[in-house]
Amino acid sequence: MHTYLTNYLLHLADTALILSQRNSEWCGHGPILEQDIAITNISLDLLGQSRNFYQYAATLVGPDTTEDALAYLRTEREYKNHLLAEQPNGDWAQTVLRQFFFSAYQYLLYEKLQSGPDEQLAAIAAKALKEVTYHLRWSSEWVIRLGDGTEESHQRMLKAIDELWRYTGEFFMAADYEKEMAVDMASLKAAWMKKLIAVFEEATLPIPENTFMQTGGKTGIHTEYLGFILAEMQYLQRTYPGAAW
Amino acid sequence: MPVIDKQNILAILQEVCDPEVPVLSILDLGLVRDIKFNTDNIDIIITPTYTGCPAMDMIAMNIKWALIENGYKNITVTSVLSPAWTTDWMTEDGKRKLKEYGIAAPDKKFQIPKDGIECPQCHSANTRLVSEFGSTACKALCQCNDCKEPFDYFKCH
Repeated sequence: MHTYLTNYLLHLADTALILSQRNSEWCGHGPILEQDIAITNISLDLLGQSRNFYQYAATLVGPDTTEDALAYLRTEREYKNHLLAEQPNGDWAQTVLRQFFFSAYQYLLYEKLQSGPDEQLAAIAAKALKEVTYHLRWSSEWVIRLGDGTEESHQRMLKAIDELWRYTGEFFMAADYEKEMAVDMASLKAAWMKKLIAVFEEATLPIPENTFMQTGGKTGIHTEYLGFILAEMQYLQRTYPGAAW
Repeated sequence: MPVIDKQNILAILQEVCDPEVPVLSILDLGLVRDIKFNTDNIDIIITPTYTGCPAMDMIAMNIKWALIENGYKNITVTSVLSPAWTTDWMTEDGKRKLKEYGIAAPDKKFQIPKDGIECPQCHSANTRLVSEFGSTACKALCQCNDCKEPFDYFKCH
């Protein structure tokens, strides 16, 4: 059995789904209509990615498993998403910074996966990469606009960095199933830092120091936020098992 | 059931439209990648435009309905991801229909959406990009500085 591949797909799917769920909380609350639409479009792209990964994972798990079962019937400890994805939206600065950290990582990762040995995974990554290109450009522009904006927006970006930086180290610390997938974390990290430095310099933001990094999400040890997200997201299928419309 | 004939199936698929952009058929969009059939089964191979496009399930259903209405049976619709869909597969006729409908068609000069995309209403190039994300994932939002009309731009993909 492809246990490591299944776990890896679930990790990719869970991260995309949880970040999608977080971003979708902005629906109807965005600072202006165009940005409300932008963040929910990104949310939709991430949801699509997660569906592709779950569908593929379901075929590996067995004929009785569906994408819905994987999304709606797994518990907090079974979820393998990055801790960053489950962090609260906070203000707009925190949301766009979270997206920037993540999109820069995802862009570089999918670039590698699209030429990887697994054909289906490569196809999903190649398709999603086109969309992630937009997410990265959009979130980069927002980090620059707020960082190099007013005194207030600059302060808010600094606060967002303080909140979120500690969750970025997890990108590059391989879980067992990632080691099996042979993703080169070191070169990924160098390329990610390069993207970050370019954007932060233009945004007049300080490059964060190497500090203690929080980890655990990839192996099911989450911050307290994930339980609340799942409680809301899984409510319907938990209360009315098999409900459909 | 009628004799399965590729030209006949294509003619039926030409009538199946994208629910979000109803002037474009799925053939104009380049969504249909292949048609496979034997004496009693038809398999329509399609590819999604965007990963999360919510119209895909509806399009698959509409394909089945259109074929059933024309007497066909045993129809499956299979979605493939590779090669990834690109706006290069949109037909010239499709681009013309898009413009007439009021949506600026994908243009290589605007691979990355920016100011200056031709206004589909007054054809001015004096336009500005409002947002790279429009009413659907496949479109960006622009506004014409001359006729003041806002308009969608179907992004290169």
